[in-house]
Amino acid sequence: MSRFVERHPAWALIAIIAIAVGLWLIFAVWPPGLEEAIGRKRVFLNAVFNGITLGGLYFLVASGFTLIFGLMRNVNLAHGSLYLFGGYVGYAVSASTGSWILSFIVAFILTALVGVLLQLIVFRRMEGQDLRQTMVTIGLSIVFADLMLWACGGDFYQIQTPNWLIGPVELPLITAIKSSGEPVYLRYPLVRLVIFAASVIIGVAMWLVLNRTRIGMIIRAGVDDRDILAATGVRIQLVFVLVFAFGAGLAGIAGVVGGTFQSLSPGEDIRFLLASLVVVIVGGMGSIPGAALGALIIGLAEQLGSVYIPTYAIVVTFLIMVLVLAIRPQGLLARR
Amino acid sequence: MSLAHDARVAVPPATMAQRPAGSWPEVNNPAAWIVAIILLIMPLIASGFFLIEIFASTLILGTMALSLMFLAGYGGMVSLMQLTIAGFAAYMVAVFGVSGNANISLGWPWWLAVPMALALATAFGTLGGALAVRTEGIYTIMITLAIGAAFYYFTNQNWAIFNGHTGINTVATPHFWGVNWRADIPFYYVVLAVAALCYFAVEYLSRAPFGLALQGVRDNPRRMAALGFNVNAHRVAAYAFASFVAALAGVLQVWNYRQISPGSVSVGACIDVLIIAVVGGITRPIGPFIGALIFVLLRTFALDFLVRLGLDGNRFRLLIGLGFLAIVFWSSDGVIGLWQRWRNSQRRSADRSGGGRRRG
Repeated sequence: MSRFVERHPAWALIAIIAIAVGLWLIFAVWPPGLEEAIGRKRVFLNAVFNGITLGGLYFLVASGFTLIFGLMRNVNLAHGSLYLFGGYVGYAVSASTGSWILSFIVAFILTALVGVLLQLIVFRRMEGQDLRQTMVTIGLSIVFADLMLWACGGDFYQIQTPNWLIGPVELPLITAIKSSGEPVYLRYPLVRLVIFAASVIIGVAMWLVLNRTRIGMIIRAGVDDRDILAATGVRIQLVFVLVFAFGAGLAGIAGVVGGTFQSLSPGEDIRFLLASLVVVIVGGMGSIPGAALGALIIGLAEQLGSVYIPTYAIVVTFLIMVLVLAIRPQGLLARR
Repeated sequence: MSLAHDARVAVPPATMAQRPAGSWPEVNNPAAWIVAIILLIMPLIASGFFLIEIFASTLILGTMALSLMFLAGYGGMVSLMQLTIAGFAAYMVAVFGVSGNANISLGWPWWLAVPMALALATAFGTLGGALAVRTEGIYTIMITLAIGAAFYYFTNQNWAIFNGHTGINTVATPHFWGVNWRADIPFYYVVLAVAALCYFAVEYLSRAPFGLALQGVRDNPRRMAALGFNVNAHRVAAYAFASFVAALAGVLQVWNYRQISPGSVSVGACIDVLIIAVVGGITRPIGPFIGALIFVLLRTFALDFLVRLGLDGNRFRLLIGLGFLAIVFWSSDGVIGLWQRWRNSQRRSADRSGGGRRRG
């Protein structure tokens, strides 16, 4: 952090000012002039929270994608299909057993199994052949999409939120002051907050595993130099299978989350594949903190954009990607 | 490791050796002459349905895939936004020309609207290319896919220019010299002429100094840079040319269907163009047209075929997906690669049996 400030004082200043303005907008009571100019504070706060929680969902999808790419250089364009598959599995489980937690576990295990099969059947045969991997996974995603359309139809599914998470919760953030002088606090759906907290926990746990444990050391060494790692006697194919299973499982979990927040339908697979592509392009390929930062930026841009400039919301996310590519083609937090 | 490396491996040296620089390989090939004659007399053979739905569609899609083949085969850059460029050109024809949406269309005559659309689409594709050449290999695929997706969602949301998800309908088609150029037979010849022009342009460019330099950049960018070639300028120029080809196909597309909507620039359609190019083979300009023919035939007849087998006719995308998977799994060079391999094995067995039928 301090090195970044030393090297790019201007960018650091801009970032600090932007963060300060953002914090002031969130915590301060808005003066009437501001409310007239850009609308009610409640709308703004809702957009910010929606953006942050959507960023949590994007992080779950993109971190699996970027982990697989970072270690194995495997380009898995069927990652969106794994997301949708996990979502459908979660829906089936929660609809038949009524247990929301169980649906996460089953979705994780089943998508991880699909991931293992993918790694064993497809990727092991074409290691280091980017183009063929891309083609084959595109073909697979077409096949998966049609199989899922066959099995589940074109309907929208929504996973039932469990009773103990239904309903809004009051947050200690003032949205407005009533004429009687009584402050009005923000009310926000509890389930989204819980899921966001869970994705933060998963992210921190992943960072700890990668940076503080032996298996994390092996994975990081594999990212840097696969051949030397294999030469030191690590059973690298086993590591590959495990990481692939974990990354795919994360996509499955994200599918259940997405099915609870939003809905599941054909086409969501491509939407989330694209979201994770944009997130990792912005954040930097193969970097978990990069995926977190990229997910936060893209989630916020999408939600704030859809509130304040609805016609151009998609273009805003795209412009962010262009801007990042123009300044740092390797992504914000990539090491290269 | 990189895409460029893959592409270089994909070109078997034998095919290069067979084609000395500076001569047209088609001139001595009887099969090429037969195909050309069949294509020319097609209106005598085929009914209106086949002429437009099968052959004109094949040629239009083939031209789009040809622009991708030029970038991927000679430049080593797999771009997924070629359909987006075509769709942009189609939208511009509808916006500048005459259409049912009088409050959007400017009502220019076609000979003014089409060059404008071509110029804008080429500029759009070149800009996208300038962005994409900052990256390599898989990143190029991702960025061009993201550009295509951004354009799709933008057309869906923007009502002022692109008329949201309804798109622009009843786009006027050219009608001059007493000929309705959208009538089946004239339109087929227009499409055939444009496709042939693009095909020969790509063939010519692949042997021209620019194309050779581009292939050098594909194989070893560092060496080309050391020799004094501007690597990125060559790549951007390749995008500009490919964008123009794609834009031509887009203009024909909008004249063919007389309408354009976000559905025709969707992400799935972008990927279809890649499928077409890869199934046909991306090392030669004829590949995309073969791929397009297979794709169009499957798209048109798979439903009947599946129903006849007693299966659900809606599963034709599954059929296309599985076929695509099979081809990319077993041949990195598509149908052309399979055919080439089969011919090589035939020739080898003929040599072994003592036959002197070897051809230069």
